[in-house]
Amino acid sequence: MKAAVVVFPGSNCDRDCAVAIERSTGAKVERVWHQESALPSGLDLIVLPGGFAYGDYLRCGAMASLSPVMRAVADAAERGVAVAGICNGFQVLCEAGMLPGALLRNAALKYVCTPIDLEVANGQTRFTAGYAGRREVTMTIGNGEGNFFADEETLDRLEGEGQVVFRYKANPNGSARAIAGIVSGRGNVLGMMPHPDRAFEEELGSTDGAILFQSVLASA
Amino acid sequence: MKAKVEVFLKPGVLDVQGKAIEGALHGLGFGAVSGVRVGKTIEFELDGADKAKAENEVKAMCDRLLANTVIEGYRVDVG
Repeated sequence: MKAAVVVFPGSNCDRDCAVAIERSTGAKVERVWHQESALPSGLDLIVLPGGFAYGDYLRCGAMASLSPVMRAVADAAERGVAVAGICNGFQVLCEAGMLPGALLRNAALKYVCTPIDLEVANGQTRFTAGYAGRREVTMTIGNGEGNFFADEETLDRLEGEGQVVFRYKANPNGSARAIAGIVSGRGNVLGMMPHPDRAFEEELGSTDGAILFQSVLASA
Repeated sequence: MKAKVEVFLKPGVLDVQGKAIEGALHGLGFGAVSGVRVGKTIEFELDGADKAKAENEVKAMCDRLLANTVIEGYRVDVG
């Protein structure tokens, strides 16, 4: 098992993600600087971490979506490699056009940082199969622009195709239809605002994030 | 040539900053205010003399980077 975590200037969860994946799965994790035009070979999972890539200049994730490494990430996704964008990483995937929708300023204009209960809306994805039928998991969120938006037609399609993976039990930021995480049509690209990388040991209050990493790497 | 791009959230997208500013203006006694929208302006110089061509080029810049057309619309002024 092998995973890579992309590091953009302004990423701040890259080490958290690397440690979370290593400790929960035993996978070898390489951190890859965003200026690289190629990724290590034989990857089973690529993570775009949380943070404030490029200081959120212009729009969250906009500049990072144009980093050289993103072409390699898109190519890998095209080949079926699992890609997970967490928080800022979700914003980058939307800006890169690899996932539909966009993340707006939170409805209450506040940065929200709190443990959060999530409904597993689709437990059949390679990221969620490990929940083994559990309908509710707990992670944490920490974002100011996590208000998921897409037009009604896109939202209907996401729901109809089972692409909504996580939903907030209590919507913290105004996200359309309480969506917390979605997958691409092929199911190998995940974007989510909650942090599985902050929920991988009992001391952190939840180990539900570890199960997500175990799930996706077990399916590799 | 000078190019000026204005980017705003689309009409159907809730502009929470605009709403907050509107509320604050009402609080200051400016009760006649409604429909506040917050956007951004991006200005730059552009080489070339063909205005129509420049306008198309700036629109392409908007579609690819300056605006996120999922949530934002834009106005381009070249001259």
